Amino acid sequence: MALFWQNIANGLTIGSLYALVAIGYTMVYGILRLINFAHGDIFMMAMYFSFFAITVFYIPWYIAILLVLVATVLLGVLIEKAAYAPIRSAPRISLLISSIGVSYLLENLATVVFTGVPRQFPKIGTLQDNIVIGGINIQQLSFVTPVLMLLLVLALMVLVDKTKAGMAMRAVSKDFETAKLMGVNINRTIATTFAVGSLLAAVGAIMWGQKYPQIQPYVGVMPGLKCFIAAVIGGIGNIRGAVVGGLVLGMMEIMIVYIVPTLSGYKDAFAFIALILILLFLPTGLFGEKITDKV
Amino acid sequence: MEKRQIKGFVANLNPKKRRNLLLSSISITALLLFLYFSNEGILMGSYGVRVLNLCAVYAVLTLSMNLINGFTGQFSLGTAGFMAVGAYTTALLILPVEIKEKIFYLEPMVPWLKDVHWAGNLGFLGALLTAGVLTAFIAFLIGFPVLRLKGDYLAIATLGFSEIIRVIFTNMQNLTNGSTGIKSIPPIANMWWTFGVMAFFTIFMVRLMKTSYGRAFKSIRDDEVAAESMGISLFRHKMLSFVLSGFIAGVGGGLMASVVGAITPIFFRFILTYDILLIVVLGGMGSITGSIVGAFLITIAKEWLRWLDGGFSLGFVRIPAIAGMRMVVFSVLLMLVILFYRRGLFGGREFSFDWLINSLSALPKRVFSLFKKGGAAK
Amino acid sequence: MSVLSTENGVMRFGGVLAVDNLNIHVEENEIVAIIGPNGAGKTTAFNMITGVYRPTEGRVFLDCGNGEKQDITGRRPDLIAAMGVARTFQNIRLFKEQSVLDNVLLANHVRLKNGFFSAMAHWPYYYKSEREMRRRSFELLERVGLVESANEMATSLPYGLQRRLEIARALATQPRLLLLDEPAAGMNPKETEDLTQFVAELRKDLGLTILLIEHHMQIVMDISDRIYVLDYGKTIAEGTPKKVQDDPAVIAAYLGVDEE
Repeated sequence: MALFWQNIANGLTIGSLYALVAIGYTMVYGILRLINFAHGDIFMMAMYFSFFAITVFYIPWYIAILLVLVATVLLGVLIEKAAYAPIRSAPRISLLISSIGVSYLLENLATVVFTGVPRQFPKIGTLQDNIVIGGINIQQLSFVTPVLMLLLVLALMVLVDKTKAGMAMRAVSKDFETAKLMGVNINRTIATTFAVGSLLAAVGAIMWGQKYPQIQPYVGVMPGLKCFIAAVIGGIGNIRGAVVGGLVLGMMEIMIVYIVPTLSGYKDAFAFIALILILLFLPTGLFGEKITDKV
Repeated sequence: MEKRQIKGFVANLNPKKRRNLLLSSISITALLLFLYFSNEGILMGSYGVRVLNLCAVYAVLTLSMNLINGFTGQFSLGTAGFMAVGAYTTALLILPVEIKEKIFYLEPMVPWLKDVHWAGNLGFLGALLTAGVLTAFIAFLIGFPVLRLKGDYLAIATLGFSEIIRVIFTNMQNLTNGSTGIKSIPPIANMWWTFGVMAFFTIFMVRLMKTSYGRAFKSIRDDEVAAESMGISLFRHKMLSFVLSGFIAGVGGGLMASVVGAITPIFFRFILTYDILLIVVLGGMGSITGSIVGAFLITIAKEWLRWLDGGFSLGFVRIPAIAGMRMVVFSVLLMLVILFYRRGLFGGREFSFDWLINSLSALPKRVFSLFKKGGAAK
Repeated sequence: MSVLSTENGVMRFGGVLAVDNLNIHVEENEIVAIIGPNGAGKTTAFNMITGVYRPTEGRVFLDCGNGEKQDITGRRPDLIAAMGVARTFQNIRLFKEQSVLDNVLLANHVRLKNGFFSAMAHWPYYYKSEREMRRRSFELLERVGLVESANEMATSLPYGLQRRLEIARALATQPRLLLLDEPAAGMNPKETEDLTQFVAELRKDLGLTILLIEHHMQIVMDISDRIYVLDYGKTIAEGTPKKVQDDPAVIAAYLGVDEE
């Protein structure tokens, strides 16, 4: 029974992390109709930033985290300005190729700057320590992550639903051209979207580092792909959907291996199977809206 | 009698066609001589031969991806997975029995494949064909669910299947030797093989695009709704293109296995697909010429840029040796192409002698007008 | 027997009722027009007939030439095209990256009898059918006056010629029923006149049955045998041009007068 609860806690932690990163995918997709392949690499860069700030420069973790968040947000916005903004009016597939190009560039850059040697993610506070509840060992992380995730999502909901910037975001994602005609500042809105997405990815990366402390240049790719899948499960373009999708996917991965341990080697394949099933049977995800092509 | 007929045939051609026939024969002869001397080690060392082999294999793989992405407009990112199927199939068929015993030390190999060894060139041909057919079959199975999807959803689903294939290969210890991979794969793929297969698929693609089926692919790329209303079955033609693309990728993967000599599941990560995608983009989506030129250009450039990794001096600053520097320079160059030169080198156009001669003869004029413009500006 | 008929065709998008109770029929060798103000559901009706949309309710029937009435409701567009229904598009959908000739050649594909392998191996029979396709395509290009532009890019043509190319492409599928969606849109009076004559010729020379959507009343009145008038998805009038012209409901719909 103890093992069961540990797995539940584990699933909840992973699920919350997926949710944080999935929001970035879903927001960018909502606005640009683009799978930002570089999002997973922004996540990876945030891990390296943390490593350098804390382990190499000995900055106290509470200051380091702020620096990491700022650096990651800047990186996210810079990528949008350099690689997506110039070809915004090009066919959508060009944008996708550009995001793959950025991903390729960041991975190669990380290999050069940080070398391919795996690094150890620094410990932050006592997050990795265990607490014992009713004879069950559970990491502190498993309590902090879901709570943190929920707080951030609530803040985001307020931003999107209540502020002017949020209204602009909703307008742009509903109808790009009309929003532009109505005088919404497209550039600023898209930049804000990337900033928010990168910020959440950075938080996700720091917490991820507590769970899986190894950093290497390709560390962001798998979580990145899975988080995109989480966003699709929830219904792409929908923030609440991304949260639910992330939790569902995280829980599913952990629980399937818990129930059928022989499948542990195939863990990375579950998400893709889920993706294909969702796309076939529920193409708009759990909360998505149906889009019809006009002929 | 026969000779006279051929003579008559040549005489009947118009002068332009005769010139092109002559130029083609000269180029093919030159290429064959080049292949012969390179393969015999007279023209270059084994390193050069290896690079050229890789170029040809990448050209095959780029053709495969361009068929489905550039010509049919279906953005598939499954190439690495298909290559893996082809590479493992080929490797396992041409691996000598005693090497199999040696490599599979963690878990013995499955009995039905343990004593199989298709030796020599004929065996290699059989292995490549098997690889192609098996990969095409897997593409067929994957195509059923994924080809209903469009655009980026198709991209992510094919990428997903490619990763699933890799995960399965990592776990099938007694068939693929798991994450350790397979080494000592016989280097049967010499330049005759790699360039021969490349030539075969180039001709295949040129012919395919001239048939009604090729036109159907392109029409699906240009406008699905219009194509379907003109009676083109979208699913059937997408499937045909996907399966053919799978076949080519499978054969390409098989060649790759023999050229590089050792394969592991990690080798067939999505990064490999990205590599090929970037060649497709640089060469030009929907251009056969672009695929070949792009593959040679990028593969050779990647090797040539190796000096970057060794460190160099810029006169006033000394850049230290950093491994991977060339890949960064390379990715920056690619980003520039993607952003500012979106149609790539050939962008849907094809090579022909007419085109070459026209552009060469127009060159002096263009250079001249450039100067004239400069003069006028003053 | 009608070449085409619909029974209570309904098309709903979410809460919007785009087409309501569409009951039309088109007889052999007839030219029938659908007219109506913008947003009346005319193009939606075309999309329901050609299978681009599956009707929310109702049926579509097609006579496939052997006197047998077939239910084609919601069938795939390519299958409907293969049964002899061809169309053009309101917003011109040519294959942009291809030449004028290739656009027309492609439309022959639906009638191609060669399998893929025989085509690839260039077996004599395939050569023969490729030659045949070329011959037919040039014939059609000649008919629409585009032979000289055969090797130009489709999108380099002026607007009016692009419309003609779309018709040539539709004809290359060897249809029995041709659906033209605003063929005269954006044409000047001279071009419009030519088009009127051209459509009349198509019916006479090729024995086609034609259903068209058009805003130019001149064309509609000149060549249609019968007219259906749609407004807000509903059929508000039908009959000969003369009858429709004098119908108060039609005048109201066009002039925006409130109905009493």
